[in-house]
Amino acid sequence: MASRPRTLYEKIWDAHVVETRDDGTALIFIDRHLVHEVTSPQAFEALRISGRKVRRPDLTLAVPDHNLPTTARRDANGNRIPIADPQSAAQLAALESNAPQFGIRYIDATAAEQGIVHVVGPEQGFSLPGSTIVCGDSHTAAHGGVGALAFGIGTSEVEHVLATQTLLLKQSKTMQIAVTGQLGPGVTSKDLILHIIGVVGTAGGTGHVIEYRGEVFETMSIESRLTVCNMSIEAGARAGLIAPDATTFAYLKDRPLSPKGDDWDRAVEWWKTLHTDEGAQFDATVRIDAADVEPTVTWGTSPEDTIAIGGAVPDPTSFADPNKQQAAQKSLDYMGLSAGQNMTDVEVQNIFIGSCTNSRIEDLRAAAEVLKGRKAADNIKWAIVVPGSGLVKQQAEAEGLDRIFIEAGLEWREPGCSACLGMNPDKVPAGERCASTSNRNFVGRQGPGARTHLMSPAMAAAAAVTGRLTDVRTL
Amino acid sequence: MEPVSKIDGRAIPFGAKNVDTDVIIPAAWLKTISREGLGEGAFETVRAQPGNVFDDPEYAGAPILIAGDNFGCGSSREHAAWALLDLGITAVIAPSFSDIFSGNAFKNGILTVELPQEQIDRLLEVAKTDPVCIDLDTQTVTTPFQDRFTFEVDPFRKHCLANGLDEVGLTLARDEAITDYETRQAQNMPWLAKGTEIAA
Repeated sequence: MASRPRTLYEKIWDAHVVETRDDGTALIFIDRHLVHEVTSPQAFEALRISGRKVRRPDLTLAVPDHNLPTTARRDANGNRIPIADPQSAAQLAALESNAPQFGIRYIDATAAEQGIVHVVGPEQGFSLPGSTIVCGDSHTAAHGGVGALAFGIGTSEVEHVLATQTLLLKQSKTMQIAVTGQLGPGVTSKDLILHIIGVVGTAGGTGHVIEYRGEVFETMSIESRLTVCNMSIEAGARAGLIAPDATTFAYLKDRPLSPKGDDWDRAVEWWKTLHTDEGAQFDATVRIDAADVEPTVTWGTSPEDTIAIGGAVPDPTSFADPNKQQAAQKSLDYMGLSAGQNMTDVEVQNIFIGSCTNSRIEDLRAAAEVLKGRKAADNIKWAIVVPGSGLVKQQAEAEGLDRIFIEAGLEWREPGCSACLGMNPDKVPAGERCASTSNRNFVGRQGPGARTHLMSPAMAAAAAVTGRLTDVRTL
Repeated sequence: MEPVSKIDGRAIPFGAKNVDTDVIIPAAWLKTISREGLGEGAFETVRAQPGNVFDDPEYAGAPILIAGDNFGCGSSREHAAWALLDLGITAVIAPSFSDIFSGNAFKNGILTVELPQEQIDRLLEVAKTDPVCIDLDTQTVTTPFQDRFTFEVDPFRKHCLANGLDEVGLTLARDEAITDYETRQAQNMPWLAKGTEIAA
């Protein structure tokens, strides 16, 4: 098609239009559907009530993650340890019975392949460039790291996709985040995305799909790209994309569910066309200089409340918008911080290294590098490392990373969403602070009254060593 | 789904900006396999504060919620929409909504009305003492004081809401078009058509 130049988003959109309606909305085909226990029971229930089936069970993959405790799942005799919380147990049991009932492949809680949906998808080669991927979880945006158009949906949409393998959508606007230059030493993809959210704001990307562009993304590992795209939703964008390239193809080659043989060659041929054409127009552009990005942490209760680690807690009156002034003051009250306080003076009692944002092998290696030969500070009460999947766990153990964490005084756990969201036993106590590699610092997110500071795995590891927020470059 | 036409009654003058889904319904409440009973956990952290609008008897049973910018940001949990419904709220008025929340609200018959901040400010004032009326047919919000604000609504969503239509049923009727697409995909992009049944 020698038509007008198109963005990457438009190319993927065009390839998935089942039909366009008069009002401009389109029925879009969904290639991959990931299902977990929290947002699916009501969807399966609705299918049962209306006597509907799952149209394409072969395009659907179910795995439990949100509710699972991250403590041992089998006892010494190899028997499954029951889940203490009856509500969690019921929700997990519902997925375990719904999946086979509707013919969907289910990864059991005790399987090596189990993990957080957004870690499992790319790891299994289920998430592919140019595919449309949905899941009842807003961090589905992560899969944009392999060049997939991936976004979170609600339970009614989960039901819609199960029944029809499509969604009725209005085409989004496009936003490019154009980053020039390279990140400095000790500055990671997590610092970059936190910095970007600080610039764009939590509503800045609403109605848009973001494409991250620039050399910095081209030289990034897939793990790092997944981290960046994962947090697109924290800038309000339902999806984030990075164009697939040789790094992506190498990552996906020979994964259990990635294409094989002739299919692989044909796939790569198409994937190579998946980039924004010269001259294509974006509806919005945000320019970032990578040299401006420092190791970054959050100070407030919104992911846009970011600051370089060398900075101080901002004075609420320094914001121009009176509403933001009020919100900032409320955040500081909740966080127990005062304006002008140096970020590096903030003490933490808890460390969480994990979540769909930062629980891949590269994240664990970065944390282990900092912790090697060091010990957690005396004021650290609780510090856990939660691998993103059983396969990440195996890999980390093969590299001896688990020993480094344990010797440093951190706990080495089973895979799951863990302390990212306060709905399983891993919670941060009220009034205590957590250096966390997760994605949301909302009020009560890690447990009622918990105070969250978002940061990279290396920075969380540095905070474990000193017992306070720390610039990892100074260790 | 119940058809929506007019929502007339008291409106809770909440007004807060960036109300995230963890505020609407904290994660501890997501461990349910039902859509019901979530009202109890709705706005839990807000309701922990004395004198909050949600527990003010003045607004008991109010069908409308008035909020600030970017309402419903954060997670995809449809439990946020179910929690509002369980509180008896069937319409939210705000300057803007997160994309996922507005979709979830629509699919549960909750009307999301976008109005500029100055009109929101006026409604927040009126709501303290008097009812507010939202008319989907005429796309207007009115008060007993001659205020009349018009709002935009997507024509398809309006049609579905006004007629209580089930979107899954509507799409299932397009079976032929979906089958055609699947046939084309199996030919042109066979690797995408294979999913979890791929041969190793």
